[in-house]
Amino acid sequence: METHNKPAHFEQQTPSPETVDGPVAGPEGAAEMPDRQDLPVEVEGTPAGQLLVAAPPLPVPGRQRMVWLRTLLKNPKALTGIAIVGLFILVALFAPVIAPGDPTEFVDSPNLPPSAAHLFGTEGQGKDVFRQTVWGAQTSLFIGFVTGFIITLVSTIIGMTAGYFRGRIDDILTLLTNLFLVIPGLPLLIILSAFLAPGTGTIIGALAFTGWAFGARVKRSQTLSLREKDFVAAALVSGESSFKIIFTEILPNMISIIMGSFISSTTYAISASTALAFIGLGNVSEVTWGTNLYWSQNNGAILQGAWWTFVPSGLCVALVAFGLSFINYALDEVTNPRLRAEKDLNKVLKGTAFRKTRTRATPVFRQSQPNSK
Amino acid sequence: MRYILRRLGFYLLAFWAAITLDFFLPRLLPGDPAATILGSGGQLDPSQVQALREALGLTDQPLILQYFTYLTHAIRGDFGISFSNFPVPVITVILTGLWWTLLLGGSSVIISFIIGNLIGIFGSWRRGGAVDSFVPPLLVLVGAFPPFFLGLCAIYLLAFQLHWFPTRHAYEDTLVPGFDPAFFGSVITHMLLPVIVLVLSQLGGWALGMRNTMVSVLAEDYITMAEAKGLTQNRIMFRYAARNAMLPSVTAFGIVLGFVLSGQLLIEQIFSYPGLGFLLISAVQKLDYPLMQGLFLMITFAVLVANFIVDIVYTRLDPRVRAG
Amino acid sequence: MEKGQSYQPVMSQEIAQPQTQVKGQNQIMSQSQNNTAFPVQTKPLLEVKDLRVEYLSPKGPVRAVDGVSFSIAPGEVLGLAGESGSGKSTIAHALLRVLRPPALITGGEVYFKGKDVLSLAEHELEEFRWQDISMVFQSAMNSLNPVMRIGDQIIDVLVKHKKISKREARLRAGELLDIVNIDKNRLDAYPHELSGGMRQRAVIAIALALNPPMMIMDEPTTALDVVVQKEIMQQIEELKEKMGFSILFITHDMSLMVEFSNRIAIMYAGEIVEMAAAREIFENPLHPYTRGLISSFPPLVGPKRKMAGIPGAPPNMAEPPTGCRFHPRCTQCRPVDKVTRPQLQEVLPGHWLAYHEGMPGINRGQAGQAK
Repeated sequence: METHNKPAHFEQQTPSPETVDGPVAGPEGAAEMPDRQDLPVEVEGTPAGQLLVAAPPLPVPGRQRMVWLRTLLKNPKALTGIAIVGLFILVALFAPVIAPGDPTEFVDSPNLPPSAAHLFGTEGQGKDVFRQTVWGAQTSLFIGFVTGFIITLVSTIIGMTAGYFRGRIDDILTLLTNLFLVIPGLPLLIILSAFLAPGTGTIIGALAFTGWAFGARVKRSQTLSLREKDFVAAALVSGESSFKIIFTEILPNMISIIMGSFISSTTYAISASTALAFIGLGNVSEVTWGTNLYWSQNNGAILQGAWWTFVPSGLCVALVAFGLSFINYALDEVTNPRLRAEKDLNKVLKGTAFRKTRTRATPVFRQSQPNSK
Repeated sequence: MRYILRRLGFYLLAFWAAITLDFFLPRLLPGDPAATILGSGGQLDPSQVQALREALGLTDQPLILQYFTYLTHAIRGDFGISFSNFPVPVITVILTGLWWTLLLGGSSVIISFIIGNLIGIFGSWRRGGAVDSFVPPLLVLVGAFPPFFLGLCAIYLLAFQLHWFPTRHAYEDTLVPGFDPAFFGSVITHMLLPVIVLVLSQLGGWALGMRNTMVSVLAEDYITMAEAKGLTQNRIMFRYAARNAMLPSVTAFGIVLGFVLSGQLLIEQIFSYPGLGFLLISAVQKLDYPLMQGLFLMITFAVLVANFIVDIVYTRLDPRVRAG
Repeated sequence: MEKGQSYQPVMSQEIAQPQTQVKGQNQIMSQSQNNTAFPVQTKPLLEVKDLRVEYLSPKGPVRAVDGVSFSIAPGEVLGLAGESGSGKSTIAHALLRVLRPPALITGGEVYFKGKDVLSLAEHELEEFRWQDISMVFQSAMNSLNPVMRIGDQIIDVLVKHKKISKREARLRAGELLDIVNIDKNRLDAYPHELSGGMRQRAVIAIALALNPPMMIMDEPTTALDVVVQKEIMQQIEELKEKMGFSILFITHDMSLMVEFSNRIAIMYAGEIVEMAAAREIFENPLHPYTRGLISSFPPLVGPKRKMAGIPGAPPNMAEPPTGCRFHPRCTQCRPVDKVTRPQLQEVLPGHWLAYHEGMPGINRGQAGQAK
């Protein structure tokens, strides 16, 4: 594919005999303009008017960071996701208050359907499902966030090293990344967990070992493109050390990618650890959503018709994963210029007669002022 | 051709890495791996102990020779004897499951690829239409459910409560496998529910991916030119837009395959579908280490071969890589 | 199809446009006697009246094309010049109605051989496109489908419009490649297998496929190097002589334009600011912007002049300047020009100008300066 891209690249780079051409400020550029309405006008040091000037401002990492984070916190999808995940974190933290008592305690006869005494009923051994679900949040979320953090750290180090130093180092690290991408993750995870001593530490280690490659690849390509940017070149020319450039010039511009990577690794860790526990490869005496599902399956919940023993835990995993991916989706929407342009476009098209036209031909509306607001 | 050879080299390297991993894993255990494994495995007779030592390549030879022997055995498909099916060789056990896994995985991937891409194509073509507005978020929601949990719910509701589908296994126990319509019919009714669950869990990824590439492909000059040429909408949509937009989907196939397979392992387990995933998980539960290792290698091998086939298909789809 | 409207350069002032009496006209007329003007006795092939195109944006509509009128006669080459973003390409795409959302045509009329293009239904548009007006896009690399053979990209347009079999279409496609000097066996080549010049010629072959009476060329050679550019322009010239189609020729390269066009329209910020015969524009530019544009290119013919650019950048079209849109960059701007919007008027026979009331220089005549 590289051989294809070269000629196109070359053609675009051919200097055209335009001497009059200034920066493109015309309508062709209009659709690409970032949504200025969403930008906080009170950005320090930036008069609101300056944002309307067609010439793009020089990249100032600090300012950009502020902008996307603030925009993210106004995005309804992000807020929904944060609310869902936040709710579960609160449940995990206040488990002793919400569901007092030992979740492993046998409280009643087995397989009782939900009732006032046992909100989610009891499972096949007579334990309270509500307690198990609430307390399960603790370990499940702990494993998820810790593993997410480790995966993010590892993939950032590997990805940035490969992207920044390029050459031989990059070749080796990229090969390693690709190997880990192509070797199927869950089977590897299963035999790792089967051979190593069972326990939360093993699970976290095995999840990190199998889960870092995707993030590393994304960060490598981002670092590669950032390295080509003017401000990095300027820092290189002025003789700053690689270490300093990586931490002051490149890293700040990767915060959104790293955050996205953390969210998706956490999602991965929660789902995969649940799957592992479900097949009995976790610490089965611990209470997690995965072990709850394991015991439910082990006690023949389906045969007994005891749906309440597996639905709550599974639903919790799904909701947390959904909340996290919603945050990531919003993050992408805020930081990806193409998606942002698309969102603007959709906003603009809403309410106009674009929707009603079944054709793709340019519509003709002979009013003096079309409805655009 | 060079591209194909390069890919082939990479897959060979990957397979070698998987074998090496397989070889060193038991040796990471503290002390004598065989003893440690057996310590947790309960009672085994001496012949089984010997089988385990052989499967792990644990002999008195130096490590490098052990490694070399293990490598040649693995390439020949000799993974030793399975404990849980003693004295059946691991490879025989694996082969019973391979075809079921290929059948289930192949059909679910192909179906979800086609449906997902069609949703993406039509959604992007009528942006903001019904297909575009409601279907993708719904699929994201469905995709957030762990596939095995979807499977549990589906079994409980559709198989146990409503009796619409059989609950377990790949075909009716009373039938003898053979080339007769009753057997095929049974195979199809048994794979229906697991395939539906697998398709549902993958659909969102394909649809969203296709939609996003379609949106950027639709902004390309060659689409404008195709429209200026006065071609029919269908021709522009499929021959010009979708034909180009599917290329990234095909490249993503390799990585997606890994994820799909992970979901499928557990689906096989809960449906007691006798594929590699079912075998792997029962091997884990029965502490049948040689079988586990053999299965890991076989699953990796299958994924690598599938990747390689995708690469070959890709060179047919994108003339630009053919030259390179 | 109206074929054979051969191109006859006439050294005269016969212009079919309505004449407006302008002060000092006679004096100037005598100066522009040797202009190569195009005889427009026949009905125009394409007539564009007061065309308006807007791009919707979250901040409100952006007027990309704001009341543009022009016409093209059979066999004529009309050049459309201006900086990037002045609306040239938008006009081209609007004529075929292939602009993408959020673009809207908000006003005006487009008639092609009497057909009202802006009220055609989808299936009528399909017929109209390529059959009546075909288009050569700026970058052949991007306008050819990368995963389709060159031949198939010619064949599909033939099969769609001519209702002929694939086999016949393939023969015809081979002939078309022949016409643009590409070997027939390149029919089975993919775009990436051709050189840049060859790709552009293949795009021209596709544009010729249905022998349309008119062709739009949107910067057909910008992406190519100078030698190939020259070659291709010559080829287009020859084909035009032979087949007699009209061309709407879009470029920002003034020297290429002057050489190639019969008439030239200069666009600035979505409006035509000046329109006249090619030589007239070149020798007697009246609008300060036209003058700036011409003086920023080295002339291919004629005496050498001092080269100068235009200071400043094109305006933000979301909030175009009041009055004359060029005023923020104009060196001859008077306070009144910042308020009153100039109107396009025929100030000399066949020479249209966005006329500013009491424009300096017009009354005194441009004769002295043009020499």
